[in-house]
Amino acid sequence: MFSYCLRRTLAAVPVMVVVALFVFLLLRLSPGDPAAIIAGDMATPEQLDRIRETLGLNQPLYIQFFNWAGELLRGDFGTSLMSNLPVTQLMAQRLEPTISLALLSIALSVVVAVPMGVIAAWKHGSLIDNAVMSLSVLGFSVPVFVTGYILIKIFSIDLGWLPVQGFRRVSQEGFGPFIQHAILPALMLSTIYIALIARMTRASMLDVLGEDFIRTAHAKGASEKRVLFKHALRNAGVPILEVIGTGFALMITGVVVTESVFNIPGLGRLTVDAILSRDYPVIQGLILVTSGVYVMINLAIDLSYALLDPRIRYQ
Amino acid sequence: MTDNLRPESPAEWVLKIEGLEVATRGAAAKPILKGVDFSIAPGETLCLVGESGSGKSVTSLAVMGLLPKGSLKATGGRIELEVDSLLEVSPTRLRDLRASRMAMIFQEPMTALNPLMRVGEQIEEVLIMHQKSLSSTQRRERVLEMLDQVQLPDIERVFDSWPHQLSGGQRQRIMIAMALILEPKLLIADEPTTALDVTTQKQILKLIKALQERHGTSVLFITHDMGVVADIADRVCVMRHGEVVETQPIEELLRRPGTEYTRQLLTAVPSLRPRAARAVTDREIVLEAIELEKRYGERSAWARWTGKAASQTLAASNINFALTRGRTLGIVGESGSGKSTVARCVMRMIEPTGGGVRVMGKDIASLGRAALKPHRKRIQMIFQDPFRSLNPRLTIATSLVEGPINYGTPREEAMEKSAELLALVGLPKDALDRYPHQFSGGQRQRIAIARALAMEPDVLVADEAVSALDVSVQAQVLELLDDLQRRLGIAVLFITHDLRVAAQICDEVMVMQKGAVVEYGPAERVLGAPEHPYTRSLMLAAPGRHWDFSGFRPLDHVFEETPASTSTAPV
Repeated sequence: MFSYCLRRTLAAVPVMVVVALFVFLLLRLSPGDPAAIIAGDMATPEQLDRIRETLGLNQPLYIQFFNWAGELLRGDFGTSLMSNLPVTQLMAQRLEPTISLALLSIALSVVVAVPMGVIAAWKHGSLIDNAVMSLSVLGFSVPVFVTGYILIKIFSIDLGWLPVQGFRRVSQEGFGPFIQHAILPALMLSTIYIALIARMTRASMLDVLGEDFIRTAHAKGASEKRVLFKHALRNAGVPILEVIGTGFALMITGVVVTESVFNIPGLGRLTVDAILSRDYPVIQGLILVTSGVYVMINLAIDLSYALLDPRIRYQ
Repeated sequence: MTDNLRPESPAEWVLKIEGLEVATRGAAAKPILKGVDFSIAPGETLCLVGESGSGKSVTSLAVMGLLPKGSLKATGGRIELEVDSLLEVSPTRLRDLRASRMAMIFQEPMTALNPLMRVGEQIEEVLIMHQKSLSSTQRRERVLEMLDQVQLPDIERVFDSWPHQLSGGQRQRIMIAMALILEPKLLIADEPTTALDVTTQKQILKLIKALQERHGTSVLFITHDMGVVADIADRVCVMRHGEVVETQPIEELLRRPGTEYTRQLLTAVPSLRPRAARAVTDREIVLEAIELEKRYGERSAWARWTGKAASQTLAASNINFALTRGRTLGIVGESGSGKSTVARCVMRMIEPTGGGVRVMGKDIASLGRAALKPHRKRIQMIFQDPFRSLNPRLTIATSLVEGPINYGTPREEAMEKSAELLALVGLPKDALDRYPHQFSGGQRQRIAIARALAMEPDVLVADEAVSALDVSVQAQVLELLDDLQRRLGIAVLFITHDLRVAAQICDEVMVMQKGAVVEYGPAERVLGAPEHPYTRSLMLAAPGRHWDFSGFRPLDHVFEETPASTSTAPV
């Protein structure tokens, strides 16, 4: 078990190195002189020279990379060209809203979708099954901003229960205000994932329910509930975890629309702003951080497989 | 339905089935069971025999109330287990009866256990559901005691093991422990030893018998293997097409079968007594293995980096044999003996790690892909499962011509040839335009043989080619192979775990154990008077070895256990 975890963790290192290399080359190999890109259109040749000097652009490429990577490891992601603030500081401000929203959404999706999928599989071919499947098609096909505005119309404007937009940090103002502001965006974000996870749970459960050991469980006199949750669901778990993990990773980047609709100061909007203003250090930092989150999530999924399935553990 | 021995009063039976009917669900309901009757007395073993599709498994599932809900349902008749009428009781009552009064063990101990639960907990679960008053320490004690009864070694460790850490025989012992822990009156065993090796099978059958005597359990034993029937049955119920053909005490059935169908079934059982080798007509060696070796080893970057001793497995070592034109060489052995590895190496489906393979005198063991191609067609394979070895999306014609076309035969010619081939294997011409699912298992295996023959090979490699077939079909396919061999002079490398089949088809036999050859020679000698202890133990474990099925009498000369050959380690 320990050796498995260690192997998986070590395997994440080369992935991050490749990502860092890619991010580094993104700026150096993009058409045009990096110094010119950074300095902008109005720069004089002297200014360009000074930028080249300070950024070390006169040195060979691999030395530049090692210098840059060294700074990354020390936590220095450079300085934003637009705001002159350190990139780390910019991202730190935006990380919490995005991550907390994504976590809330994924938790919501799992809590709703997994039981839906289990019941649909259990009552395979019945009215409930058909209803779940139709709902999930709906969840896929309605664009998120439509769901978002409908939710705002109903709960914020007509009923007046929840704020229209804005965000409260759970770290500063506590859970109550946070949930009040985050529940609608989370609902909006989770529709697609509820659809996705419910479908995967159903398919995976249907597979498992056809297995011999389910028949054994029935032959032992186990109740339906026990068969479904104790024997079937855990065996169906690996593919379900897989979508949950992928869903979470996609959510981090897919959060842009939601953040715009609800005016939430998260990573998604930082990304859009940085791209529009060609703020390269910020873009680089964001790519590194999101890739880092992807890799971590993948690692977490791999490790949870091992917790779930002893056959993986002892490989 | 000559069930003249059926006990009448309730005290004389544990299970009584009367006029049981099961049909498929849906608009076009098709009858699967058409009025099945039989009963089982306390402590009795009733064998339910029949070929695939006879309805024997459906009968057992109907008793347990485990018919697949979406597709089958009982439409008539009665199933009585002591005082309960199983088709009428409530679902809750049925659940209570399962495991406590009737229990079941299944064919595949591999898939019948939940892979994500420790085996001890899986047995314990029965107690959690049915004996709620027990404390967890009491439960653990009961489970350990049961593990001991099914003769598992090191029971504390086994309790905490996962299913994948146990062997097939051990898993089946777990299933038996789970089934018998509440001392049910009835044990239903659905082909419980079919997936096991013969020596393991022998031990499991012995175990079931011992526990049956100890607990006074009645056993409904479902099997297609007449050998097993002869060894364990008190009475036999023969089924065909969803009906009971006859029910007889075992001796009576084997000596004087009451129906033509039973007679055919018994006649089709291949004899364990090897046939004499055919006269040598041609001395040309078509396939030869010289010190062939296949070694599997961990060579991952991780293993090298950590410097762990490379864990290597010798799947086959020092394999030598020579196969001459028109002969059949059998490779027999239990699972893991390396017999399939040898077949695959010879085919170059996997790369041998040492030694040579000569096809028509040419060593192909180390040839590259391109150099190998002309030799590939000389040696062709027939696989075990005809349901999976043919591409379901291709017509039979397409499957048959694909190989020859790859080797440059014009399409027209290949099509003509494939029509001839179908006639040769005994299938009608219109089969060409049909798809694999439109044929029965036996027909498909004929198609697979035609497919192999289309390449005009010198050698056929048949890997368990008749193991998935019913005995009557099996007999026909073996006959076909024999016939083809005589007509085309083809040589056959026949891999099987079934000693009866080997005895009937092979001229020479090679016995393998743990990757090594333990005995190699004429079938008549190796199977008739085995010298190596392992071969002897295999022969001794062969079910029904005392009986001459097609002669309807016991065999008079059966070699018996010697002290040396009894020492087969428990699994």
